[in-house]
Amino acid sequence: MINLTIDDKKIEAPDGATVLEAARLARIDIPTLCHDPRMKPFGACRLCIVEIGGLPRPVTSCTTPATEGMVVVTTNSKLERLRKTTVELLLSDHPNDCMVCIQAGQCSLQELAYRYGLRENRFKGAVRQHNRVDNNPFIMREQDKCVLCGLCVRVCDEVEGVAAIGFANRGFESDICPPFKKDLDCEFCGQCVAVCPTGALSGKMWAGQPRLEQTRSTETTCTYCGCGCNLTLHTHADKVVRVTSRPDNHNRGWLCVKGRFGYEFIASPERLTTPLIRRQKGGPLEPAGWDETLDLVASRLTAIRDQHGADAVAGLASARCTNEENYLFQKMFRAGIGTNNVDHCARY
Amino acid sequence: MNGEIIVNVCMGTGGIAAGAEMVMKAFEEEFASAGVENATVQSRCKLHKVGCRGFCAKDVLVDISVGGEVSTYQFIQPEMVKRLVKEHVIGQKPIKEWMAGEDYHVFHDNQTKIILHDLGKINPESIDDYLSVDGYTAARKALTTMTPEEVIVTVKNSGLRGRGGGGFPTGLKWSLCAANEADQRYVICNADEGDPGAFMDRSVVEGNPHAVVEGMIITAYAIGATLGYVYIRAEYPLAVHRLRIALDQAREKGFLGKNLFGGTFDFDIKIKLGAGAFVCGEETALIASIEGERGMPRAKPPFPANKGLWGKPTIINNVETLANVPPIISKGAEWFASYGSEKSKGTKVIALTGKIRNTGLIEIPMGMPLNDIIFKIGGGIEGDKLFKAVQTGGPSGGCIPQQYIDLPVDYEGLKSVGSMMGSGGMVVLDETDCMVNIAKFFLTFTQEESCGKCVPCRIGTKRLLEILTRITEGNGRKGDIELLQELAEDVRDSSLCGLGMSAPNPVISTIKYFRHEYEAHINQKKCPAKVCNKLLTFFIRPDQCVGCGMCAKACSVKAISGELKQPHAIDNSLCIKCGSCYDVCKFNAVIKD
Ligand SMILES: Cc1cc2nc3c(=O)[nH]c(=O)nc-3n(C[C@H](O)[C@H](O)[C@H](O)COP(=O)(O)O)c2cc1C
Ligand code: SF4
Ligand code: SF4
Ligand code: SF4
Ligand code: SF4
Ligand code: SF4
Ligand code: FES
Ligand code: FES
Repeated sequence: MINLTIDDKKIEAPDGATVLEAARLARIDIPTLCHDPRMKPFGACRLCIVEIGGLPRPVTSCTTPATEGMVVVTTNSKLERLRKTTVELLLSDHPNDCMVCIQAGQCSLQELAYRYGLRENRFKGAVRQHNRVDNNPFIMREQDKCVLCGLCVRVCDEVEGVAAIGFANRGFESDICPPFKKDLDCEFCGQCVAVCPTGALSGKMWAGQPRLEQTRSTETTCTYCGCGCNLTLHTHADKVVRVTSRPDNHNRGWLCVKGRFGYEFIASPERLTTPLIRRQKGGPLEPAGWDETLDLVASRLTAIRDQHGADAVAGLASARCTNEENYLFQKMFRAGIGTNNVDHCARY
Repeated sequence: MNGEIIVNVCMGTGGIAAGAEMVMKAFEEEFASAGVENATVQSRCKLHKVGCRGFCAKDVLVDISVGGEVSTYQFIQPEMVKRLVKEHVIGQKPIKEWMAGEDYHVFHDNQTKIILHDLGKINPESIDDYLSVDGYTAARKALTTMTPEEVIVTVKNSGLRGRGGGGFPTGLKWSLCAANEADQRYVICNADEGDPGAFMDRSVVEGNPHAVVEGMIITAYAIGATLGYVYIRAEYPLAVHRLRIALDQAREKGFLGKNLFGGTFDFDIKIKLGAGAFVCGEETALIASIEGERGMPRAKPPFPANKGLWGKPTIINNVETLANVPPIISKGAEWFASYGSEKSKGTKVIALTGKIRNTGLIEIPMGMPLNDIIFKIGGGIEGDKLFKAVQTGGPSGGCIPQQYIDLPVDYEGLKSVGSMMGSGGMVVLDETDCMVNIAKFFLTFTQEESCGKCVPCRIGTKRLLEILTRITEGNGRKGDIELLQELAEDVRDSSLCGLGMSAPNPVISTIKYFRHEYEAHINQKKCPAKVCNKLLTFFIRPDQCVGCGMCAKACSVKAISGELKQPHAIDNSLCIKCGSCYDVCKFNAVIKD
């Protein structure tokens, strides 16, 4: 344990903690823009600066390890002036079109602009023109809204292991893009979209759909594979309009392309919503009620078992079911029908 | 050896640019043909290529020494060689009118040379030349008679501080590095030298590469590194070439590789070429670059001395810092500390440029007053104009005005007036330089070279530049000076690396010392130095104009009219103030005011 003082508060922080982590443990607010605890500290946005006793200039709390006896000040007029200038500089190179921006309401930059009351800007000047149209079906890039926090680059490299995007150019014209400024051609996991603090990255299929605060959230599990990532379905007027995932769940908020963007099937008219029964040989499949269907299945299985023995029946479940569902399935076969002929697709 | 004849041809980059290769060839041919007539000449003659001796403006410089009597010739061209050989080499009569003049000697006599001592004397491509000036005796001494701790203590006691800009005590840095438990440590020589106009490190690597190699060997021994890198810009092909030769020669002699000097210590050096980004000279960006990443700085701590290349303790030192190490080991800490001022020991190599008579590469004892550098070594201001200021420390240094002309040039002295030592660039400015424009010039560079990582530097330097630009274009607003000051301070105080921290220096220092020039631009819309075209009016003096029509041709907006051989005139309602007419007029008839 490390003992340090932050804003006159005595604080105990675990070994290896950064000053930012220590402050957050003690519920002291320090603004950040380029930090995500799931990734390595980067130190780019300069908003998390603090003063540390004995050091000649402010340092970033997200990158500085806490040490024994350290005395930290997280806010004073000097630090707030520096932060305000930083936000003002960001806004001076920004389209400021929150009104029509998908990220409004969730945007860290918008929040900072509000926090520092920045209606006027002392630094009006040139703005970058970095937008480009990608042909990919998933990810929308509006790079004039990019604050170069590097979160997308880092998540793609550190978490996804793909490194499909990186920094290019220098100075004011610095830019995030795929190699040689080509179209994005990657896994489309959308991890980058999920961590982007602004509207610079978003889902193409989200455009024009209700923003997040207009939606109802339902926690569920992804049905695509046995990983069973936790999902939050965002619905509006009974339609799923977006899928997110919380950082505090077992998949740490990371999803794959299917879990994140593959939700349109839910509202597809082709989707089966009732059981279907073929009532006569060669006849069509006809919609049926659950009671009728379950009764039919139960009676047919019982008949087969009675006539040919329990081992004449075998069950194959799906790895896309949850553990609980698969548990019940094998229980039904072993205890209900009396056979060990039960398996699931992920074994092959 | 009585009667021995040595000819040294400057083959530094400046020399080569002035035609030294042709001069060299001319000497070879001349010797060959003269040798036919006079068999003794060729065998007695030694023709050497040597590195830069600092006064590149006088290249090609050639030393001819007959029996120890040295004459230095300036501006030598291939066609002059025949006469030199005939009259001086064979006839033993120096050609007075071609010899370097008084200024050449004044330039050199006021310097103190440790680093540059052998430059311009030895052949940088010959390890035997280096050995003949006691080369590698320091490394041998360190590795065979001293413990690593003793080496570190010696460097600590010498007071040597980093010459790459920060001025951090070198011995202390080494001891911090050596204190880490680690299975591997690295030494990196920083030869990135990205400052515009700087060529100190290039000249040292080109002119005496073995000194840097020897410095690295001693450093490696002191901290326990078995591998070193020289990070050098690809734009320095000659330096890279000579370094490669030096490394091969050192390996051949057993000074690099396994069991150095017959002992148990192993060390080798690799070359890593930089791709020309200024920011890659910053140590953490440099490490990222060697690791194959984009050259972007990262926050410190951890410092490279604890966690550097590939996460291992790493010492990064500048070329000049490393070249200081062998003489310190050979001659001792006290000898070194006898040069320089109280807190800045030894000498500093400086690239002296700008509006000064003698531009070039010089070496001064730390603490030498500015006055001596500019007016003694530098020979004063070109064209007898008035001295205005000197910019030190490269693009992110500060401008020092006339009132500090007695300032001692060392780390503390420069810092006390808002500038810095940096890598040792010194640009002298005279009364015809506009200080707002100077600040704009340097900001243009730093703004473009910002790596883009952090907000204050990426956007802040751009905004500083925009404000400076509008001031020089006559669109300065009331309050712009204060805005510049505030933004400059904020960029300085919140940027991540040294680039952003120091980029505002030119703005801060020029406002501090030349506020009136800013005010004139903003309030009176005047540029006192008559540099900012947009604030000037162009007109033609009828009494000077011969009516050649050059100006009218040059004017892209057809603002100039006049009959041939009659005085021309500028229509100021059309003039866009590009300055082309001013530049082309050979009769000084175009005036700006
Ligand atoms: C933007 C920037 C550029 C730098 N460029 C160089 C350089 O070209 N050469 C150099 O030796 N040091 C350069 N430095 C300083 C290095 O980061 C580092 O401090 C130095 O190499 C350490 O060596 P020293 O202790 O021998 O000076 C630069 C620093 C910054 C912030
Ligand atoms: S990214 Fe944020 S600040 Fe920018 S327009 Fe969108 S909501 Fe507004
Ligand atoms: S979608 Fe996934 S793979 Fe593609 S750039 Fe974003 S993080 Fe990388
Ligand atoms: S696109 Fe978003 S996540 Fe990526 S650097 Fe820009 S603001 Fe950050
Ligand atoms: S100060 Fe400038 S060069 Fe340094 S990290 Fe920040 S943006 Fe990059
Ligand atoms: S300054 Fe340029 S635009 Fe004006 S008269 Fe001269 S050439 Fe023409
Ligand atoms: S959160 Fe620390 S610098 Fe961005
Ligand atoms: S290169 Fe010849 S003196 Fe500098």
